[in-house]
This record gives sequence, structure tokens and C-alpha cells, in this order.
Amino acid sequence: MSLELDRLAWSVAGALIVDGVDATPPRGALTGLLGPNGAGKSSLLRLVAGVTAPDAGTVRLEDVDLLALGRRERARRVALVEQDSVATAPLTVRDAVLLGRTPHGSRWGGLTPEDHAIADGALREAGAEAFGPRLLGTLSGGERQRVHLARALAQEPELLLLDEPTNHLDVHAQLDTLGVVRGLTRRGVTVVAALHDLNLAAQACDHVVLLDRGRVVAAGPVPEVLRPEVIEPVYRVRCVVLEHPETGRPVLTFAPAG
Amino acid sequence: MTAAAQAVRPTTSRPRRTVPTAVAVVVALAVLVLSVTVAVTVGPAGIAAGDVWGSVAHHVDDLLTGRRTEAPLGPLLDGIVWDLRLPRVLTAAAVGAGLAVAGAVMQSLTRNPLADPYLLGLSSGASLGAVAVLVLGVGVLLPVAAFVGAVVALAAALGLAGSLGTLTPARTILAGLAVAQLCSAGTSFVIFWSATGDSYREILAWLMGSLAGAGWASVAIAGLAVLVLGGLLVLTGRTLDAFAFGDTAAAALGVHVARTRWTLLTVVALLTGALVAVSGSIGFVGLILPHGVRLLVGAAHRRLLPVAALAGATFLVWADTAARSLFEPRELPVGIVTAFLGAPVFALLLWRRRSSTQALG
Repeated sequence: MSLELDRLAWSVAGALIVDGVDATPPRGALTGLLGPNGAGKSSLLRLVAGVTAPDAGTVRLEDVDLLALGRRERARRVALVEQDSVATAPLTVRDAVLLGRTPHGSRWGGLTPEDHAIADGALREAGAEAFGPRLLGTLSGGERQRVHLARALAQEPELLLLDEPTNHLDVHAQLDTLGVVRGLTRRGVTVVAALHDLNLAAQACDHVVLLDRGRVVAAGPVPEVLRPEVIEPVYRVRCVVLEHPETGRPVLTFAPAG
Repeated sequence: MTAAAQAVRPTTSRPRRTVPTAVAVVVALAVLVLSVTVAVTVGPAGIAAGDVWGSVAHHVDDLLTGRRTEAPLGPLLDGIVWDLRLPRVLTAAAVGAGLAVAGAVMQSLTRNPLADPYLLGLSSGASLGAVAVLVLGVGVLLPVAAFVGAVVALAAALGLAGSLGTLTPARTILAGLAVAQLCSAGTSFVIFWSATGDSYREILAWLMGSLAGAGWASVAIAGLAVLVLGGLLVLTGRTLDAFAFGDTAAAALGVHVARTRWTLLTVVALLTGALVAVSGSIGFVGLILPHGVRLLVGAAHRRLLPVAALAGATFLVWADTAARSLFEPRELPVGIVTAFLGAPVFALLLWRRRSSTQALG
């Protein structure tokens, strides 16, 4: 197992947001982090990224205690793409992607030719090389998400954390984004993505972790977790699961509980 | 793309034209040196550009050899160049450079386009200190009092913001606002209670910012502050860039967000305090100029900060030259000129680069 979350807990203002989470997302796989609003998905991702310090618990990546590492060292192994990131300044796509090089090289020095080469590679891998000179604000939502992925790739992470990467995207852009992510897993990057859309998770993920009120309710391969008896109590809906005629993966339909 | 097509869809596919950083810096530096030279010649007593450099060469030579030789310009003209105009112009350059850099950094650290170097109640604190000594009739202490006022305001603002929890942009801004309001009230109270006609004029001139009294001591204070503190800020460009997508993104890039914000706010405040001490609070340069430069060279700090420094220096050199020569022998407070000169230029820039403003998201 490459990534191990062990009894992670975090509370804010007395409210327990992440309540003893154990999980072992497999290496080189796309793990979907699912759960209703307020389940603690984003908080958990921030804990794993080391952006917020947990009250208890550990995060190990390839048997290295991530939270014991220095910030820059950690940022060379783990990248986080937040939900709806916006810049306040008119940044070009290239400049945005070059930010991914921040934890590498010297803190005071400038960018090296190697940094530029890696940024170019990241833009290519995310299918965003054509936008390089454009301003971030002129891109569509799907294009912008590719740029955020490219920025994370420029960090050269072993672990990529994505918070709602398909939020506000049309179907095409959603599949596009997940296509880029699948490419990364194929070359060994471990990806954990918080997702809202259970059907998208069912089609795209290898493994899912279902959270409810800060706890892990179920975890495992898609068909084991995305079952009516697991989904219904967590989301308080009635759920019927069908089988996709082509992929054989589960397709979920919902109705109000009652 | 044809001009017509560009007019219809100005923002979607036109790539940014950017000049390499080195070229931009060299050009801006050349413009600054030229501006300083020409600005010294402006005014009564016809002085040519060559005379300026002749005088500088003569004084530098004297300083290096430890001799005192006859000035080639004659004592009167040489005095005007070396003792009056050159220190004033150089102070303007240093103050302009410092304010532009401080403003750009403040805007990035607080993610607020309305932030300026005076944000943490610095100018209000400095004003309170300055007004207090002016009213007490010990104007010689003014730079010290202004600097102390600024530093106390900074400490109060950061202390208040820090006591609320993590130093977020919103807490920083609001705490600064509280300190600024309190100091402004204090300043108004002192003026209302004790200012007489003479000190009132003096106070008003200082509050609006003025370089009229600048001598070599001002050059030394402002110059040193800009070189050391401003230089430090320019070197942190990459860390500042990491804040472009907010605190979480910066932290995920390995930046110690809280420590960086505390440190950089303190450096900005010390720099601003030193500048305010020599020139009063000159508005506009630190607020608008960074936006103008962003529109021209983009938001990446490794380009933005050096170019903003040079552009701020050049801008304030010209603004101060206009302030002292437009209505000769009367002098305008330079803060009035910076806004009169700068606002239309900025409006023009906004319009020329309207695609960038649309792309702020």
C-alpha cells in the first residue's frame, strides 16, 4: 500500500470534522472520496496535503510519515488542487503552471531551464500546451481545470489530491479532466479525488472511500461500496443500482426516501 | 487575426505579448536615469543635462580623493544641483520605488486590489506621530516620530489581527482599519485642539506628502530602506507568486503561510515607515502604480516587482518635478500631482488592456 491514513482526526471550534479516518488508497489508482455535503471530504484532503495539521493520526506515503516532513519536502511529493481556485491577478497559464515549481530548487533563486522544461511537459500531459501564453481568466472551466492539473503535475508529485475536480464542468469537460487523471495513474501517480457525482465515481474510479460525518462508512472497489444498502442510509435517499450495458459498472438512480 | 475580428472578440484567443524581464528592466532603468538627469535641470537657473553629470562627477571625485576642489559650475549653480535638486530628485526616486514595491506586495499578501503600503494604519500612525511633534514645535524630530508612529501602528494592527487567530487577509485588513481609524481620530483631535495657523499649514503639507525638505539625509534613509528592504521583497518574488491562488494553495506549494505573511508585512511596514518619515504619506503611487505595471508586464512578481520599482521611481521623479515647477514659485503637495498625473494614465491603461481586466477571475 502506498498511502495510509491512520486514525486521522481534526476538529474546529469543538466540532469534530474528521473523526478517526483510516484508509489505504492503492498506489497508481484513482480513489474517489465520496460523501454528502459536510462529510469532511475537503477537510480530509487538506489534512493529507499537510495544509492543516491534524489533532491526531498519521499520513504515510511509501512508509514515509508525510506530516513529519518539512513543508517543501512534502510539497515535492504531494500536490493539491482545490475546488474553484481563482487568482486575483491576471496570471498567464504558463506563470500559473510554473507555480508548481515553487517547492523545487532554491527559495531565493529564479526559475531554471529545467523548471521551464518540466512546466512544458506538465502542460503537454494535461493537454493544455495550446493555452500557454493566454491569461487564466480567458479560459473555459474545463480548460482552466487542465491548467490546475498541469500546475499540480509541475510539482512532480507521487500523490495527487483533487477536490471536486469536475465541479461546474459540462459532461465533456468532466470526462476530459478524468481522462487526464487516468493518464497519471497509468504512470504510477496515486490520485485521491473528492467527488460529488456518484455515477461519475462509479465509471471512473478504481477504488472508493465513502465518508459520512467525518467517519469512513465503507471503502473498497467500486462494486463493493456503491450498493443500495450502503448508499441509502448515508445520503437518505432511495437508491436503485443498475448495470451499465457496456462497461458492466454500476449505474445509480435515486429517489426520495419515503 | 484581422483588426475587425479582434474588435469583436478581443479576449478569447489573442496571446499576451510580453517583453523579456531583462529587457523591461534595462529599458526602465535607462528611462529612470534619463528622468533623474532631466528633472534636475528643470527649474529656474538654466542648467544643462551635462552640467548635472559634471557636478556629480566633481563631487564623487572630491569624496573619493578627500580633496575639496573648485566646482566647475561655480558655487551657486553647483549648490542648486548638488545640495537642492539632486537630493530631492533622488529622494523622489527612492520613495517612488519603495512605495510601488510595498504596494504591489501588500496587494498580493492581502489578495486585495485596494491594498496600499499604508494599509496597516501605517500612514495614520505616522501622521499622528508627525502631527504631535509639529504641534509641540519640535519639527526636527519629525522623521523619527513618523517612523515610530508607523511602527507602533503596525505592531498594534498585527497584534490585533494575530490575536483573532490565523493571520488571514481579511483579519489583516480589518485590524489595520481599526488602527487607522483610531490614529486618524487622534490626528484630527490634536490638530483641532492645538494647531495654530503656522503649524496647521505645515501639518497639512506633510499630510498630503511633500519632498520639499529632502536633503542628502533623506536620500540616505529612503535609499537604504529601498535597497535593503525593497531588495529583500524583490527576492521573495517566487514565494509571493505562490499566494496567487490563496493561502491553501500556497501552503500546498510548501510555503509557510503564516510566517511568510508576518515577515513580509513587517518588512513592507518598515520600508513604508522609512519612506513616510522622509516624505509624508504620498498617495496613489503604492495603490495604482502596481496595477498599471501588472497590466503591462503581468502579475508574476519576478517581473512585476523590479519593473514596478523603476516605474514608481520615474513616476514620482516627474510628479515631484511638476509639483515644484508648475506653479512656480508656489509649490503643490506632490500627493495632489501624483493623482492628477496618474489617474488619467491609469484610466488609459485600463482601457487599452481591457481584456486583462476582464481576465481578473
